[in-house]
Amino acid sequence: MIAQAIFAAFAGVLVVSGLLVVLHKNPVTSALFLIAAFCSLAGIYLTLHAEFLGLVQVIVYAGAIMVLFVFVIMYLNLKNDVESGVQTAVRRGMGWILGGVLVAEAVLFVSRRWSIGPPAPPEALGAAGNTQAVGQVLYSRFLFPFEITSMVLLVAMVGAIMISKPRRGDTAGTPTQVPHRANVTPTPAELATAPHGGVAGSPPPPHAVEGRPRELYIPEFDPPDERSPNAEGSR
Amino acid sequence: MIPLSWPLLLSAALFTTGIVGVLVRRNAIVIFMSVELMLNAGNLAFVAFARQMNSLDGQVFVFFVMTVAAAEVAVGLAIIVNMFRLRESVFVDEFNLLKG
Repeated sequence: MIAQAIFAAFAGVLVVSGLLVVLHKNPVTSALFLIAAFCSLAGIYLTLHAEFLGLVQVIVYAGAIMVLFVFVIMYLNLKNDVESGVQTAVRRGMGWILGGVLVAEAVLFVSRRWSIGPPAPPEALGAAGNTQAVGQVLYSRFLFPFEITSMVLLVAMVGAIMISKPRRGDTAGTPTQVPHRANVTPTPAELATAPHGGVAGSPPPPHAVEGRPRELYIPEFDPPDERSPNAEGSR
Repeated sequence: MIPLSWPLLLSAALFTTGIVGVLVRRNAIVIFMSVELMLNAGNLAFVAFARQMNSLDGQVFVFFVMTVAAAEVAVGLAIIVNMFRLRESVFVDEFNLLKG
């Protein structure tokens, strides 16, 4: 009886927050309600004696996946979901009609008597605990699919990085890299071919910096080190 | 003791909510969240039947579904970020490149 009450409470929270995920205009609020839905679903898993899955639900879904969602929403700086236009209205209407058909189907399904199947044994699975039981099944009978999931995760990781990487020649979104030359000692070849007849330490003439960012030409070179021929000759 | 019909009905309601979200919304990220709702509805049905059959295979399947959902979210959000870079928008109506 207590389990049924807990289930009903979590189910109410789940349905309401799921509806608010769909209906709310702000994507950030939708994401927060989705977190609430996942947490209440974890509670439902607990009442269904799937304790390991309940905790994994909180850790993976509400912890990892939703962090990714919220991060992307914040990164993209989305505005509210402004929707207008006849085509959009038609499509929304079709969506609501299809949803209503599904709900009617469910109501029809519930109103009939439907076979529930054999009742579950009253005792929960084993006395060793749900996590141990799941682990034993996972590492014996489902060992090969379990290893495949690691490959799936690896491929997804590489794929996500490759997709979101900016392409060559595509500078949108990345700041243009200014070569930072302030601390680089010029090589003798560079000094010989410098346009202003380059002596180390002398500032470039003003016309050389025409139209360029000022920080490209910081006229403070380091003193020549031991590798340069001037320093070797003076020693 | 919770009867089997309760989590199944809840799963159906959650799945319908997800479908309505996919069909009604235009924001690609919200559509993605609705897909997550539908995946969780399937997970709930798995857990309910695992409870009913007194078998752990359903719970192991839910574990695999969660793994695939994590991979899907990573790749899908990368695609959405790329879409945003291309068009400065995540509304799916802006992406009609296949229209003749």
